[in-house]
Amino acid sequence: MPLLKTNSSSLWQSDKLLAVTLKSCGVATGLIVFLIIGFLIAEAIPVLKTTGISRFFTDPGWYPSSNQFNLTPMLWGSLYAMVGSVLLATPLGIFSAVFCHYYAPPLVAKIYRMFIQLLSGIPSVVYGFWGLVVLVPKINEIAPPGTSLLAGILILAIMILPTIMLTADASLSNVPAQYLRGAAALGLSRSATIRGVVFPAARSGLFTGVILETGRAIGETMAILMVCGNIVKTPTSLFEPMRTLTANIALEMAYAMGNHRSALFVSGVVLMLFIISLVVIAEIISSKAVYE
Amino acid sequence: MNKKPQLQDRFLTLLVYGSVISVSWVLFLVLFDICVTGGGSLNLEFLFSEPTSAGRTGGIAPILMSTLFILLITMMVSLPLGLGSAILLSEFSSEEKLFGRLVRRSLDVLAGVPSICFGLFGNAFFCKRLGLGFSILSGGLTLACMVLPILIRSTEEGFRSVPKEYRLSAAALGLSRISTLWHLLLPAAIPGFLVGFVLGVGRALAETAALIFTSGYVDRFPRSLMDSGRALSIHIYDLSMNISGGDENAYRSAFVLVVLLLVINFSASWVSERWLKRKIVLS
Repeated sequence: MPLLKTNSSSLWQSDKLLAVTLKSCGVATGLIVFLIIGFLIAEAIPVLKTTGISRFFTDPGWYPSSNQFNLTPMLWGSLYAMVGSVLLATPLGIFSAVFCHYYAPPLVAKIYRMFIQLLSGIPSVVYGFWGLVVLVPKINEIAPPGTSLLAGILILAIMILPTIMLTADASLSNVPAQYLRGAAALGLSRSATIRGVVFPAARSGLFTGVILETGRAIGETMAILMVCGNIVKTPTSLFEPMRTLTANIALEMAYAMGNHRSALFVSGVVLMLFIISLVVIAEIISSKAVYE
Repeated sequence: MNKKPQLQDRFLTLLVYGSVISVSWVLFLVLFDICVTGGGSLNLEFLFSEPTSAGRTGGIAPILMSTLFILLITMMVSLPLGLGSAILLSEFSSEEKLFGRLVRRSLDVLAGVPSICFGLFGNAFFCKRLGLGFSILSGGLTLACMVLPILIRSTEEGFRSVPKEYRLSAAALGLSRISTLWHLLLPAAIPGFLVGFVLGVGRALAETAALIFTSGYVDRFPRSLMDSGRALSIHIYDLSMNISGGDENAYRSAFVLVVLLLVINFSASWVSERWLKRKIVLS
């Protein structure tokens, strides 16, 4: 509970000025999200008015110059890359957090955590570049052309791993110590303690971590743009090139005009809706009482 | 004792060590590759000369300068706003009050907004609506919106680590809120603010997608803030995707960017270890 309150009376004139200044800062920062949503929608409205929503799913393809705006291949691309990378990164991240808490000696755990933090600081364009010059040629040896859904999933998984690992780490350290002592007193083995006591107790934190990483995966642009090949076609195998919603925006925004530009803003709105629903879900999960 | 739990124990151990080893191996591969290939051929001339033949040869001096200007704008706009909002959220509003809760929730959403959406917004708002065009100013302002949540969160953390007694004693002495803030809370919260600053710079420096269509591609020395300027991350993207034969310089630029970010992130964790922790112990 903060001790300084704006509504309680203060003898000082300067305090009123301070309150007004701070409030306006708060209003300004709070409004940014609404500004973003507002501008995305405002720019998306022209194409929605002339073509309607259904054409984004029923048009023969994505040929913006001849007014055909089928977004489904990109939607599938985004979805596949997201699901694949989350499936890959989640166990790796959670096991890494388990390692730091229940396996590694303190020093090793500290070094490993630092390693992961380091990983999270590396920009997406560097991962994308590495993927393009190292990973893609390797995949090309197995199944050409190399730039593929698989490359996208692998790079994305590396990028979102720190998110899930660090949130899982934090939620594991919140598991009450008496739970662990209780488990030890019952003579539970290490794996039984982790499965039966730690995971259920840290459940909501782990879910929040998964949701956060999902958000990062769906919003990631540069890395996936650099390794996925960017062909507008729903991928039918892991080795096929594809294009995500985000990559589509980044690639075409530079020269898009009129309805085409507007259609790109529609995909921006779709992304925003997705992120907002994730934030709401995370909010609901983390607001439930976890540790009694 | 039956054998089953032991087997499960072994299996879990195997999984845990397997994941840890593969994760560290991949991290090592990425860093090793960037450092050896990029760092091995780096020289000072690369940092201080202009790019020639679309970046295939020459250096990155104008790009570093544009990056610096973008960062300056980002921080000049976001620091005061962020500090004000953090003070408001941590000292002047409580969870129960609607206003504070609204601001907090909208910041939560802001933190999750994908960078490409910031790019779209920046293009529509700063470049088109405000008429700033493709410029360093548009890019910096877009990034300022983006780093605000990080900045506010760690500054708030700094204020929270200030012991309650400070505020009580100040109130008992009849200090005005503004002098409580200025003489007691701000000095104590500086480490948190510093961490936020450093993390914000790191985030802004790593950003690419939000800058492509706000600050633009031009790789000359910027003459003014209204000039288009190419950030370091965009330079890497452009060299590796659009310019054939640009890989060598892309490696070098990636190395420079990674080193900058490592320095930044380590100083952030150093500050928070050194000062944030000590403050809590003192109280």
